[in-house]
Amino acid sequence: MGKKFIDVAAHFDTDGKIIPVMFWWDDGKSYRIDRVLDIRRSASLKAGGTGIRYTCRILGKNRYLYYDDYTTKWFVEIPDDFYSTW
Amino acid sequence: MERTILHCDCNNFYASVERLYHPELRDRPIAVSGDPELRHGIVLAKSNEAKKLGVKTGHPLWMAKQLCPDIVFVKPHYDLYTHFSQLARNIYSEYTDRVEPYGQDECWLDMTGTAKLLGDGKHIADTIRNRIKSELGITISAGVSFNKVFAKLGSDYKKPDATTVIPFDGFREFVWPLPVSNLIFVGGATTKVLERKCIRTIGELANTDRSTVKSWLGKCGETLWLYANGYDSSQVAKDGEQPTIKSIGNSTTLSRDLVGYDEIKITLMVLSESVAARLRRHNMQCETVQIGIRGTNLSWIERQGRLPIPGCDSTTIYLKALELLVQNYQQGKPVRSLGVRACNLSARQYIQTSFMPSVHRTQRYEKIEDVIDKLRFRFGNKIVQRGIMLSDTGLSTLDPQADHPNLILSSVHTQR
Repeated sequence: MGKKFIDVAAHFDTDGKIIPVMFWWDDGKSYRIDRVLDIRRSASLKAGGTGIRYTCRILGKNRYLYYDDYTTKWFVEIPDDFYSTW
Repeated sequence: MERTILHCDCNNFYASVERLYHPELRDRPIAVSGDPELRHGIVLAKSNEAKKLGVKTGHPLWMAKQLCPDIVFVKPHYDLYTHFSQLARNIYSEYTDRVEPYGQDECWLDMTGTAKLLGDGKHIADTIRNRIKSELGITISAGVSFNKVFAKLGSDYKKPDATTVIPFDGFREFVWPLPVSNLIFVGGATTKVLERKCIRTIGELANTDRSTVKSWLGKCGETLWLYANGYDSSQVAKDGEQPTIKSIGNSTTLSRDLVGYDEIKITLMVLSESVAARLRRHNMQCETVQIGIRGTNLSWIERQGRLPIPGCDSTTIYLKALELLVQNYQQGKPVRSLGVRACNLSARQYIQTSFMPSVHRTQRYEKIEDVIDKLRFRFGNKIVQRGIMLSDTGLSTLDPQADHPNLILSSVHTQR
């Protein structure tokens, strides 16, 4: 598994809570996050790192989106052969 | 009422954090090490695989490589470790307001009286252990006991990722057969003294007469005797409680050996300025200045001297440090590391006014340096510099405060 940093648009509410709304892949396509199902701090042993993990529903599938609060970057876990099968 | 104290210790802290961020190194022996080019090339932390092959903290890199040829050296990221340390403390603080850090990777937690609400000590320790593993991706070992000393002993007993309970009933069977060096504050020198007296286990120490141990080791001996018998009653400090600072110091290993006084003076000035700035930040002044010198034979000597009046300005500290160096170190002998420490600290709020020119001069220096602090805070460290710093920019670029933030923290000796 690898780590891929992505551009994210998020909603910052008045309580300081951050909810991702959509993100951009490196082919320029944007994807809307239909629903955030769970928010918790979690380590990503596959990609390497830790942060706030958002379980998101995107195009009918559940995906993890991480916000690393140390580097303030967003990332996702991708399989090692992701680009060869893409 | 019997207390419930937890001691949580992050296993191979620096190495675990580095491994988390480098999954490709997960099954390989790694060591976090300083930069060999700056002659900081020693092992700061190692993974279990390297530990098994005999690599120890403080080993030079060539020795570590000899013991473990496959070892991978990674550079330290102190800010990241501080971040992880804070994240772990945040988790601890969810369970109790009494969280006392002991270094970056260890904490004591007082869970007395929470059994009905959160479960017994072991249950809480296991919960915290699992949370740290899933949320931070590193492992901790936890000790649960009725005092801080045995809780620490428990967390060291079984590693990694384990909980050890040392209950009040039966602590003698558990603790007393262990080697005396396992007890907190029993270091190499104390172990040797005790060994000469045929004391090898904690039980043997506990069963020796209290006054006899005191006659061997002084006041510390008496404290160790109390620890061995389970009489430690020290409290776990409240979260956020500021410890009293005993001394403030900075030291550095230089990128090359310094020979002449001119070069040494620059480094002494850099260190003195850093110490003085930190003293003022804590609103303190010192009465004693201590220097530490390491020569090329790696022997470390320390000498200290008193100031005529307490001060917190770099000129006073520098002049005293230089005086100590000239008196105690042969000119021309190469210097590998240098350290300056301010001891005998007192609050800066009550200052004796005086017409004596020396006192007046010191107080004037302090006022000037207060202004310099403000300027440096606003415009950066280089906005005001002493002329001596321009004579060798290689040496004067050393920033003891920024280069090793954690080392600086650890060099603030504290006492509760």
